[in-house]
Amino acid sequence: MSTSFVLNGASTTLDADPAMPLLWAIREVSGLHGTKFGCGMALCGACTLHVDGEAVRSCVMPLSSVAGKQVTTIEGLQSKAAKAVQAAWIQLQVPQCGYCQSGQVMSATALLEKNTAPTDADIDGAMSGNICRCATYSRIRAAIHAAAQSIKA
Amino acid sequence: MTRTSLAAVRPTRREFLQAAGSVTTMALTIGFEWLGPSRRAAAAGASPAVFAPNAFLRIGADGSVTVIAKHVEMGQGAYTGIATVLAEELDADWAHVRVESAPANVKLYANSAFGMQGTGGSSAMANSWSQLREAGAKGRAMLLTAAAKDWKVPVTELTTEKGVVFHAGSKRKAGYGSLTAKAAALPVPDKVTLKDPKDFKLIGRHVPRVDVPAKVDGTAVFTLDVALPGMLVALLKRPPLFGATVKSFDPTAASAVPGVVKVVQVPHGVAVVARSFWAAKQGRDALVVDWDDTHAEKRSSSEMMNEYRHLAEQPALSARKVGDAVPAIKNAAHTVSASYEFPYLAHAPMEPLDAVVKLTATSCEIWAGDQFQTVDQANAAKTAGLDPQHVSINTLYAGGSFGRRANVGSDYIVEAVSIAKAYGADGTPIKLQWTREDDIHGGLYRPMYFHKLEAGLNEKKELIAWRHVIVGQSIMAGGPFEVMVKNGIDPTSVEGAATIAYEIPNIDVELSTTRSAVPVLWWRVVGSSHTTFAVEAFIDEVAHAAGKDPFAFRRDLLGHEPRMKAVLELAADKAGWSAPLPKGKGRGIAVGEAFNTYVAQVAEVTVDDAGRVTVDRVVCAVDCGIPINPDVIAAQMEGGIGFGLGAVLYGAITLKNGRVEQDNFNNYRVLRINEMPKVEVHIVPSAEAPTGVGEPGVAPIGPAVANAIFAATGTRVHLLPFPKSSKA
Ligand code: FES
Ligand code: FES
Repeated sequence: MSTSFVLNGASTTLDADPAMPLLWAIREVSGLHGTKFGCGMALCGACTLHVDGEAVRSCVMPLSSVAGKQVTTIEGLQSKAAKAVQAAWIQLQVPQCGYCQSGQVMSATALLEKNTAPTDADIDGAMSGNICRCATYSRIRAAIHAAAQSIKA
Repeated sequence: MTRTSLAAVRPTRREFLQAAGSVTTMALTIGFEWLGPSRRAAAAGASPAVFAPNAFLRIGADGSVTVIAKHVEMGQGAYTGIATVLAEELDADWAHVRVESAPANVKLYANSAFGMQGTGGSSAMANSWSQLREAGAKGRAMLLTAAAKDWKVPVTELTTEKGVVFHAGSKRKAGYGSLTAKAAALPVPDKVTLKDPKDFKLIGRHVPRVDVPAKVDGTAVFTLDVALPGMLVALLKRPPLFGATVKSFDPTAASAVPGVVKVVQVPHGVAVVARSFWAAKQGRDALVVDWDDTHAEKRSSSEMMNEYRHLAEQPALSARKVGDAVPAIKNAAHTVSASYEFPYLAHAPMEPLDAVVKLTATSCEIWAGDQFQTVDQANAAKTAGLDPQHVSINTLYAGGSFGRRANVGSDYIVEAVSIAKAYGADGTPIKLQWTREDDIHGGLYRPMYFHKLEAGLNEKKELIAWRHVIVGQSIMAGGPFEVMVKNGIDPTSVEGAATIAYEIPNIDVELSTTRSAVPVLWWRVVGSSHTTFAVEAFIDEVAHAAGKDPFAFRRDLLGHEPRMKAVLELAADKAGWSAPLPKGKGRGIAVGEAFNTYVAQVAEVTVDDAGRVTVDRVVCAVDCGIPINPDVIAAQMEGGIGFGLGAVLYGAITLKNGRVEQDNFNNYRVLRINEMPKVEVHIVPSAEAPTGVGEPGVAPIGPAVANAIFAATGTRVHLLPFPKSSKA
């Protein structure tokens, strides 16, 4: 069975088990490796990507659920907010091991695309589903504020 | 006092070498076969114009500088630090410096702290300091000589800057890339003069990490991302109890899952090998295995802790003795006593363990975030029935480790090789993927411990005697590091306790080592992950009993320990130690030494009426010798504080009739962003040789927070993790 959707701007049809989690379809069938596996239970955020602009946990989403939808992974980030987030991440040297960071960048981008001046509470709300075992949290917070500033400027 | 005691409990380098020698066997140079994105360029540039004066440096004709790292990059910034030290002496242009992982080769790339190739003990910078400065300086000297010969000018008239050689007199200059062919023909000098630290241009500055750009756009390659032609994915069903084995299994249902290729038994369980993760996962879920648990651990952790409590009252082995603490406490004017209980902890690195193996009858190639290369090479060779020289390892970025990937049994590597062997050793690449549940259930935990402490004070309320009994499993026993266990004392069980820095006339530290089938391992900051808590929480109780300020009480016992005293004072000063706090808030302090790095932290907490704790702010002072990269040091302190805080707030692996009760991040909770305090890091300026920063920041946060909770509420924390009632 096949599922058709738009992946990073391009129409895509994947011939895979429709029950296969989107994470594994993207990684193993489409061959895009930026989206990571951390828990498989929507607990850590490593697999975060965007479906119709919303940050979702792809490890628990069956492939069939994105039929006809727009899926964006870290490889397909284009928006002004995304570029601001990535620049701030570099400027503030956020990553350590880096394994969680695709998910962090995806969640932060989704936040800033909707809210250009997030408060600390907004950041907690949008980012607390993304675990970082290296605990880069202080820098993530600072980088989101810095990215928000740069979007405004 | 500390220094002499360190000698008593710490193994010497020779002992480490002996220990390591038994597992490393012989290792020879092995070239890369896999051409990853970074290596492709390197291999393509392997022309005569490449200048490679030693095993750590390669300069291409295009001026690119490749530094070969013998340490794994698992988040701690090792690649950046290693490249900084070498590039400093080379006077390289940082924009053109790249890092590549070293192959497994004990002769070239042994860790000078352990004699085998591996990363641990926060040793990368201490290890690299002279070795890589020299490597860079020799490379620079040869480039200079090449230019001097070419231009027929004295070498002393030449200068270098950012990858270019200059001759001021004749206004000539040459990029390093243009000199590689000539430099490569020169002999490597025996001796070089290293830079005066005042001339450092990279060390001590804000040098951006080499790995950050690829970790921001998703292109960094982890083991999870290795995809080789024809590669299969394996998931392994392991026994539900530690020490159980396979009795029998029925592969019928698993084999019926579309995409499952083979079901194979290996010594560690039964593996499902499939065309995709999803197929392997469904296959494993369907797999039926009957286990033999005759020799398995069937106790609950609560029963084990009861046994530990009992053992703490029995005679134990002496790990440190100064004066005679027992009678001194008996006759003291005032006494204080307390006990502290620490659970098993999982490392839970963000990237669940994984390894790719390509095995044939004559060769074995491994891709992993490998932390123990020559140990893993030897274990893989033994498993495959090959000579170690036919096992090559491609070390990739590791998505965290915290010690988990460095284990003497090479568990995940050996599993992967065993599966490839059982599959048929036909050259099919197989990726063994652990799930998060496999990781949480997978053992090799930070051991569970019970600590009992007693102190005696004289009439003037001065601390005159200290007795500390530790009960728990040994990390070193039963493996190749057993040689480091001296007179029954595993140094990793007592470090931070036997090495207590406070000046006390009578000290007695004892150890009772327990046994269990639950496998245990070093966890970030190793022994100090529990000993620093016990020492620093208890010294706080003693200070209170003495009627003294907890900061001043510590400081007055550290007169002979200037570096520890300095970090303590710096942290207290920057935190505004004596400024009053409103009701419901408290401030706590703790200090410790680990791997020759000194860290003090002051935590400020708020405890609400329901007893919920919020850690608002942490001020951290660190002395790690010459600060190579202040921003990486700050990042490691911030991360260490978050990692340690998550553990004391929530971390516990518990056993019920031998079965691990936690599964994933829902019930093995870790710190999240909303719980991260504001952290300020202050680095002590130093001219001492650099020491590591990956681990030491983890140790003081627990006791600093516990002491702050006491300051806010009058209640002491004796059980880890903190009681549920005080969870945020
Ligand atoms: S892997 Fe999807 S949330 Fe953890
Ligand atoms: S950077 Fe390592 S888990 Fe976030």
